Amino acid sequence: MSEFLTYTIVGLVTAAIYAIAASGLVVTYTTSGVFNIAHGAVGMFGAFVFWQLRWGWNWPAPLALVVVIGVLAPLFGCGVEKLLMRNLADASEATKLAVTIGLLIAMEGAALWIWNPQTARPFPPFYVNNKVSFFGTYVTWTQLITLGTFVLCVLVLWFILYRTRIGIDMRAVVDNRSLLMLVGGNPNRASRLSWILGSSLAAVAGILIAPTLQLSVAPLTLLVINAYAAAIIGRLRSLPYTFVGAAIIGLADSYVVGYLPVSTVNWLQNLPLAIPIIILLIALLLQPHERLRGYIVRRSRESFPVPSYRLSLTGAVILIAVCAALAPVLSTQPLYFASIGLALGVVGLSLVPLLGYAGQISLCQMTFAGVGALAFAHATGGGSLLGLLVAFAIAAIVGLLAAVPAIRLRGLYLALATAAIAELFDSWIFGLPSVTWFGHTLPLFESGAVPIARLSIPGINLTSNRTYLVALAVIFSLIGLLVVTIRRSRFGRALLAMRESQAGSETLGMRTTALKLGVFTLSAGIAGVGGVLLAGVYTQVTPTQFSFLASLPLLLLIMAGGAGTVGGATFGALALGVFGYIGTISTFIYQISQLLPGLVGVGLGKQPNGVAADISASLAKLAARLPGHASERLRLASITPPAGVGGQVSAAGLASPGSAASPSPAHGASPVDGASLPVSASSGEASVPSGGITDAGITLEGRA
Amino acid sequence: MALFEVRNVTVRYGGVTALRSATVTAEPRGIHGLIGPNGAGKSTLFNVATGLVAPSSGHVLLDGEDVTRRSPHARARRGLARTFQQLELFGVLTVRDNLLVAAELHTRRHGDRTDPRRAVEAMLDRMNLSQFGPARADHLPTGIARLVEVARALMTRPKVLLLDEPAAGLIEEETQALGRMLRELAAEGLSIILVEHDMELVMPVCSTVTVLDQGEILASGTPEEIRRNNAVVQAYLGVSAEAAQ
Repeated sequence: MSEFLTYTIVGLVTAAIYAIAASGLVVTYTTSGVFNIAHGAVGMFGAFVFWQLRWGWNWPAPLALVVVIGVLAPLFGCGVEKLLMRNLADASEATKLAVTIGLLIAMEGAALWIWNPQTARPFPPFYVNNKVSFFGTYVTWTQLITLGTFVLCVLVLWFILYRTRIGIDMRAVVDNRSLLMLVGGNPNRASRLSWILGSSLAAVAGILIAPTLQLSVAPLTLLVINAYAAAIIGRLRSLPYTFVGAAIIGLADSYVVGYLPVSTVNWLQNLPLAIPIIILLIALLLQPHERLRGYIVRRSRESFPVPSYRLSLTGAVILIAVCAALAPVLSTQPLYFASIGLALGVVGLSLVPLLGYAGQISLCQMTFAGVGALAFAHATGGGSLLGLLVAFAIAAIVGLLAAVPAIRLRGLYLALATAAIAELFDSWIFGLPSVTWFGHTLPLFESGAVPIARLSIPGINLTSNRTYLVALAVIFSLIGLLVVTIRRSRFGRALLAMRESQAGSETLGMRTTALKLGVFTLSAGIAGVGGVLLAGVYTQVTPTQFSFLASLPLLLLIMAGGAGTVGGATFGALALGVFGYIGTISTFIYQISQLLPGLVGVGLGKQPNGVAADISASLAKLAARLPGHASERLRLASITPPAGVGGQVSAAGLASPGSAASPSPAHGASPVDGASLPVSASSGEASVPSGGITDAGITLEGRA
Repeated sequence: MALFEVRNVTVRYGGVTALRSATVTAEPRGIHGLIGPNGAGKSTLFNVATGLVAPSSGHVLLDGEDVTRRSPHARARRGLARTFQQLELFGVLTVRDNLLVAAELHTRRHGDRTDPRRAVEAMLDRMNLSQFGPARADHLPTGIARLVEVARALMTRPKVLLLDEPAAGLIEEETQALGRMLRELAAEGLSIILVEHDMELVMPVCSTVTVLDQGEILASGTPEEIRRNNAVVQAYLGVSAEAAQ
């Protein structure tokens, strides 16, 4: 009995910390509409700063607490809101996520820079030796303080949300931002306060959990991810349900450690680490089915030009030629990082159909890459092209399995589900040496690092790093052309259609579920191939190379390049290679290079199409200006509608300005039969369905 | 038996009843008007019909089959197509590709060997939308975009077509042409249910009209009967038919 009580107390204390972290997340999300993936990183940073003040500089604990929680964290939250988040109000879900992922990576890089991870930093609990007796067991002061802090946080939140003017504003923003503005509220002020509260709560949680976790960057950043599960149980809206969720997770965690025979059953090892993630997945699965609705067609900021084969082939030839020319002359380091860039670029290419075309956010591509690499290492025929095919197939199957729970979800929830899958592999499956199930042993990461034979192609010797680089360029180009082919195919059109309007696609007869499963499977397979190629550069693989945190910079750089295009993935590959290489120049530059992907991601809010789109647009402009180069103008002219419509459409950004005003009559163009429709300029803009206020839930139809 | 029927459908959202035991039928070659003030439940009825909203009770019958539990795509494959009041075009695709996506979903099913691209061109031609073929759908004025939605729905070669305010944003001349087009389609065998506020379109083209008000069927009959119906006039104008005259 006292044993059970002990586990219950431990569970509730953990729950209290999760609840504090999760409440910060919920308050920020509901008020500002941004789900802060970096919430854990903020908590991590808070814990580190507290350590610095309290133990590094020996400040008294209360002063250090006040400075961290009451001054620095709020300032940080305020700054983040003002500099990054305010511009994101109408950005796409993927862009919002990318910016907070960028923040996470930048904070991680900064923490590793400021606090050298090689140095031990003991973080003793508060009042380490004090405890009180409680029904035959003991409760430490630290535990009491944690529970007390939770109660205090709840009271503060309750007071702010229900007893202050700005709290009412914050609750109003959740319901309708535009209406709040009409009645004189200030959504920006409410949003800023939510970021301040969120940062402070994250810091409190970070400081409370640091003693049990040790002061270490990755676990602190990720452990608060466990709080996401609680927030999801609260459906990202309800604080009471969030607290219930935290209690479930904390207690489950504690009882599993206490009672599950983890040491006797080999595949149960590490399971306790994965409990919150499993609960997160279940909670996501139990989310009420989102009503199948698209959104009002808006002028989306993203552009998706259909790539031409000629341009794509030219790009491929240039890439291969450059690699072939550089391979013999590059020294070891640049050669190594160029190879890594290209191999990671293949994983990046896997994101183009998935994220770029189908609009499905995945934060677990590196997990699929890891599965591919493992399959290649262990499968029969390893090293051969057959092994590559097996790796593709196994990664694709795992992708399919992962997609099954993810398939009902969209946007943010899908991203969180894929993050959970990545974490599940990190904390559980990739941590197992092997799995024995029904007498069959499936080898995994064994002793932690698995040697992998490099891909061998009959007739070509790839053991030399120089030939391997050229081979990588060829394979990257082939897969790139495959992705271009997909975009130009029926499958690609269907993916874009589904991304634009699921309701529209379904009512036309499209099986969107099958389509999503298909694209997830294909994408995971390509990522698996990327994993094999990457393993060929490393020669042996470890779980950390394929962790959740490894997926993030890749995703960011691909998005920065432009997830909708193969050119974007190529840019991402180059950037990864270059960042990796410049990191070897000096420790200082290495630290900066760790920050770069984060900074790039943070910059995404400004240019959602990515750099590749920017560059190609500038190139097109330049080409159009060249004398004698008429194709660009011709292309524009060919889509210039007949007069009368011209002015209207030109306003919509279609026609070239000069052609808008030709004076022929509006409906003169060949009436096909009596029923053909005349189309005129006057139909239109005035009746664009207005969003916001007018359909704020007043009507029953449509958006009701 | 009717080609298409929404039978005794009730929809509740929390405490609000959006539709109360509503029945609407559509016959081949008929254009059936569905009118009513904003919030009457017209779009909800379409959402139930196409499977985007599950009814609290009632049935949807298509071509003799109860499709109430079928997914939206399964209904589409059985010959049901629709447009949306709030546009659901594929914004980043061109107008041509919008139609092509629909055509590619259905050409194989109909077992014919026509090139879907050719079918798309024919449809663009017929709707006089050819000049917009290469334009991105989200760059279109709404009036045009609504016509593109109609064209896209027609690419599935439906038996039943549900149109949700297709004339909103069109000028009078275009509305008349749309009316001619609808009559022609009906003459070819299509069954159309038309939700529309523009009585200039509804009254001349519809063979029957149903009036919805606050989720309930207020009246159903020929356009002439509806015009004279006291309850309808009262719901629309707040006065009785005699007073209105």
